[in-house]
Amino acid sequence: MPQTETETQAPGVAPPLLEIKNLTVALPDEAERPFAVEKVRYTLNPDEILCVVGESGSGKSVTAHAIMGLLPKPDLRIAAGRILYRGQNIVAMSEAEQRALRGHRIAMIFQEPMTALNPLMRVGDQIEEALIIHTDLDRKARKARVVEMLDAVGLPSPETLRKSYPFRLSGGQRQRVMIAMALALKPDILIADEPTTALDVTTQKQILDLIKTIQREHKMAVLFITHDFGVVAEIADRVAVMRHGRVVELGPAQEVLTAPKAEYTRALIDSLPHGRPTDATVARGGPALLAAEGVTKVYRSGGTRVSKRTELVVSDNIYLTIHPGETVGLVGESGSGKSTLARAIVGLLKPDGGRILFQGTDLLSLDRAGFRPFRRHVQMVFQDPYASLNPRHKVAEIIAQGPIAFGTPRAEALARARELLGVVGLDASAGGRYPHEFSGGQRQRISIARALAMEPQLLIADEPVSALDASVQAQVLDLLADIKAKLNLAMLFITHDLRVAAQICDTVGVMQHGRIVEYGAATEVFGHPTDPYTRALLDAIPGQAWHASHPPSGGPPS
Amino acid sequence: MPPMLQFLLSRLVKAVLVLGVVVILNFLLIHAAPGDPATVMAGEAGAADQAFVDQLRTQFGLDQPLYVQLGTYVGHIVQGDLGFSFRQQRPVADLLLERLPATVVLTLSAFVLALVGGVALGLLAALNVGKWADSAITVVALLSYATPIYWVGLMLVLVFSVNLGWLPAFGYETIGAGYSGVEKLADIGSHMFLPVVTLGLFYMAVYTRMMRASALEVASMDFVKTARAKGQTEWNIVTRHVLRNAILPILTVAGIQAGQLIGGSILVESVFAWPGLGRLTFDAVLQRDYQVLLGVFFVTSVLVIAFNILTDLLYVLIDPRVEITT
Repeated sequence: MPQTETETQAPGVAPPLLEIKNLTVALPDEAERPFAVEKVRYTLNPDEILCVVGESGSGKSVTAHAIMGLLPKPDLRIAAGRILYRGQNIVAMSEAEQRALRGHRIAMIFQEPMTALNPLMRVGDQIEEALIIHTDLDRKARKARVVEMLDAVGLPSPETLRKSYPFRLSGGQRQRVMIAMALALKPDILIADEPTTALDVTTQKQILDLIKTIQREHKMAVLFITHDFGVVAEIADRVAVMRHGRVVELGPAQEVLTAPKAEYTRALIDSLPHGRPTDATVARGGPALLAAEGVTKVYRSGGTRVSKRTELVVSDNIYLTIHPGETVGLVGESGSGKSTLARAIVGLLKPDGGRILFQGTDLLSLDRAGFRPFRRHVQMVFQDPYASLNPRHKVAEIIAQGPIAFGTPRAEALARARELLGVVGLDASAGGRYPHEFSGGQRQRISIARALAMEPQLLIADEPVSALDASVQAQVLDLLADIKAKLNLAMLFITHDLRVAAQICDTVGVMQHGRIVEYGAATEVFGHPTDPYTRALLDAIPGQAWHASHPPSGGPPS
Repeated sequence: MPPMLQFLLSRLVKAVLVLGVVVILNFLLIHAAPGDPATVMAGEAGAADQAFVDQLRTQFGLDQPLYVQLGTYVGHIVQGDLGFSFRQQRPVADLLLERLPATVVLTLSAFVLALVGGVALGLLAALNVGKWADSAITVVALLSYATPIYWVGLMLVLVFSVNLGWLPAFGYETIGAGYSGVEKLADIGSHMFLPVVTLGLFYMAVYTRMMRASALEVASMDFVKTARAKGQTEWNIVTRHVLRNAILPILTVAGIQAGQLIGGSILVESVFAWPGLGRLTFDAVLQRDYQVLLGVFFVTSVLVIAFNILTDLLYVLIDPRVEITT
């Protein structure tokens, strides 16, 4: 096994900076498995980026938290094993000794930049806090270092930005602040726990570049946790693949990416959205099922009290058509107006202008009663499968509710619900259980069954797979493709992930600042993008060189 | 104009409007209640005939149509005249001014006690969640919350005054003792102790429960983990990161309740014979002393509005995300 590589060290090779030896972290008694991580071992050398890859629950993050001594007490505790930093066992250290390392020699950045900073403290003060804890620098020297760090992570006008509160900064800027904070003491090790997962693709690229540059500059060791092999291909020197709390593969990035040894690694790589447009062409002739014309929506918030007042234009003069059986993708970064448009079509919000024609009827001109018959023709699947199902209702009831509301007899609707569970690949007995008994992927299947129960002509899927792990994502995408082919369903598919869009959509609209900047067949838009923004988005997809040179072995079902 | 000044001005204009509505509502509400001062005074005077009652009514202007009375009242208020209590034969403003300090001292002390105690206990419970300290604090808070204020007052008097004899049971100061300086302060302090605790306990329980929930929520937030990852000590994490964020929702509620405390003090002032607004109100209700009641309502309304403006200002100071717009 490649896991034993550090046991026999060649003389003259620098010793590893960090060694994790047989680390086992116990879960509380009532958990479904006894250990969060079991006998994990890997090493981290100076001047390298080690990517730890795995799906949720694989223990990749738990290991990192163990290194930092940040395991949530008393739920998780280290049951066995050692974590050696320069030969010293961190596990055996006192709390004070660990604190001295934390943020000083080993620093960490997190996934959610929007919540990782104290909202009531100026960002400069938050960076300075680390300096106060670990150094004797006087106020002036600390200020200088803060400005220097903000400058180093590429933030504009650091002298004024230092005095800003976090809410003034964008997600990408906040993540830069986090990096500046982590690097303020020039640590030996930077642990990055999915630092780009919550960011838009273009921002992700910038942050990855930044981490890479700084790592090379300071010859720092970086432990980079991610679920995305594209990101791995972009920055990793070595890769550790984790599953169910164990390291299943460990080796140089080149090897793991191109010739994975473990079955699981191969499966993970194959489940990546391959990003190749579908071959099937849909006839776009004939009357459109849905046409959105000149839709505008302006958001205003705030009032006359002590609050913010903002005005935001989303959906600025949008034109869009969907034909029967066609899948139209809307791609774009957060705040581009994708979801606003989707919500307008379903009737969840009222646009300020324009027309939304469904089979020739302007939905916006209808009153509540007039709109009602159209509700069943247009159904929606939401992003978060954990929040979109009523936790107090049984699954069959959730699915049958819509048809019952439209007059289907209860018994018939429930029977149909059980049928639909089969259609989405769940057992009919699932109908008698509650949503919390299902995993994210299963819940998303339930959501799809719920939408299908209304026998819609148009399905609107708002980021239906972004909350799911890669392997589950692939399954749900397959299910959607399967269903739309069987039922000749038109679909509006909203996603920020261009690889997913390319895979499932016939037609793609690229949105930016509330406008569709490019619209056309998926093959055209992704193959020959004409708009600079589309090109920038495509360029930002991580791991492209790798994708291009190593097409996944599985390939799409033909 | 600086935004702060602009904000204050606009709030003041609104406050005056609100006050106007409150004044009218108060007046109408009071006159909707059965009985009037004339009947009460006539009743106290023994078997009075209708002529005597009518005479009193004419004397007090109670025989005028309601809208005329309202007009007269509002006219006086606008001129800063709170009216005259025929019952006590003194201007209402004098009565209020005489009683206000005792009430303000009582309620303010109770408020500070509730706020400081509640925040401290809530935080302590949150930091020891699941341990005995948490359980003890939660139980005590629940008890104080559920027990009627006057009963707590009576029990405290029973224990500390009657049985132990440590503290005076009622009054504002020892009558006829002739203390001055520090001695006088200590005397008032010992008289204040029980009423303040009684009044503060209920609100302290509310804040304790809120603070515990709020601190638990904040402690699980990402930025607390960030602070820990910096190598910050637990004490500094609590004081620098958790406390400030957790206290925001408490402030909102406290701002609203600060005004209500005066209402709550009516019971406590009655139990402890505290010579404040509460007692004045209580007596005025029994005697249908409209002018005094309206005066008390007016002063309370002003205080509530003032506390609300103060809370909003405090928010601006503490939370940078809140901005002043007018």
